[in-house]
Amino acid sequence: MALWDYANPTRFLRLVDIVLPWLIAACALAFAIGLYKSFFMAPEDYQQGDTVRIMFIHVPAAWLAMMCYSVMAISALGTLVWKHPLADVSAKAAAPLGAAFTFISLITGSLWGKPMWGTYWVWDARLTSVLVLFIMYLGLMALWRTMEDPIKAGKAAAVLTLVGAFNLPIIKFSVDWWNTLHQPASVIRLDGPTIHPDILIPLLVMALAFTLLFFTLHLAAMRNEIFRRRVRSMRMKAAASAHPAGATATAQPAE
Amino acid sequence: MDPFDLGPHAGFIIASYTVTFGVVAALIAWVLIDRAQQRAALNDLERQGISRAGQRQDKS
Repeated sequence: MALWDYANPTRFLRLVDIVLPWLIAACALAFAIGLYKSFFMAPEDYQQGDTVRIMFIHVPAAWLAMMCYSVMAISALGTLVWKHPLADVSAKAAAPLGAAFTFISLITGSLWGKPMWGTYWVWDARLTSVLVLFIMYLGLMALWRTMEDPIKAGKAAAVLTLVGAFNLPIIKFSVDWWNTLHQPASVIRLDGPTIHPDILIPLLVMALAFTLLFFTLHLAAMRNEIFRRRVRSMRMKAAASAHPAGATATAQPAE
Repeated sequence: MDPFDLGPHAGFIIASYTVTFGVVAALIAWVLIDRAQQRAALNDLERQGISRAGQRQDKS
C-alpha cells in the first residue's frame, strides 16, 4: 500500500476506524507501564532526588514537540511538492497537538528548573528556541483561522511551516553551540545514552506512550478535519443550489 | 522506595504531572467534542437531503 492509496479521504477514514482502537489500547497500556515504572521502579537520582520523575514527562513532551513539527514540515512538503490531498489536513490537525506538547515541555521544564537551577526561567538558547517553537505553533494555528478557504490556508501555512523548520536544528544543537543552563543531550548521543538503565527504561516507555498518544490524537483530529471540510463543502453546495447565479462553490480535495 | 514520599520538592513533581494530565485531558476532550459537532453537522445536512461531491464514488 502506497501513501497515495490513502489520498482518498473515505479510504483513509476506513483505515482510521480500524487502527484507532488498537492505538488507544496500546497507548493506555504503555502509559500504565510507564507510570508504574516511573513511580514504583525508577530510583531517585543521586543528585536530583525525586525531581528526576519530572523528566519522565518533560523529555517525552519535548521530543514530541519537535517530532510534531517534523510531521508538519513533511506534511508541508506533501502540500507544496507532492500535492497530497491529506497533507494539509495532517499539518492542520498536528498544530494544536504540537502546541500542547510544547506547552507541557515548557511548564514542566520550568517546574523542574526551579528546584534544580534556582529559577523558573532563563533566556538561554534552548529555552528561548523552544518558546519560539511554541509561538510558531500558535502563529500557524492563527493563520489557518484567518483564511476561510482551507486549500489556500494550507498552502500559506505550508510555506510558513517550512520556514519555521529551521528552528528544529537550533533547538536540538543549542546546548552544544552555546553555553546554556540546560543540560546537553543524554539519551540520543553518538556514544550512547549516559543515563542508567533503571531510569532510562521508564523514560523510553513514557516516550513510547507519548508517541502513541500523539498518533492517536493526530489520526482522530485528521478525521475531524475531513468531516469539517465535508460540512463546509455541503453547506457551499446547499448555498449554490439556493442561489445558483451568485454561487462559486468548488469541491475541496479532502472531502 | 515509597512512591508516595516524593521528597522536599513534591509540590513541583505533583504540579508537573497535574499540568500534563490537564493538558492531555483537554486535548482528548477537544478531539471528542469536535468529532461530535462535525458528526452532528454532517447528519443534519444529510437529513436535509444535501449530499457532497464524490459521495457516490465513495460508496462504490
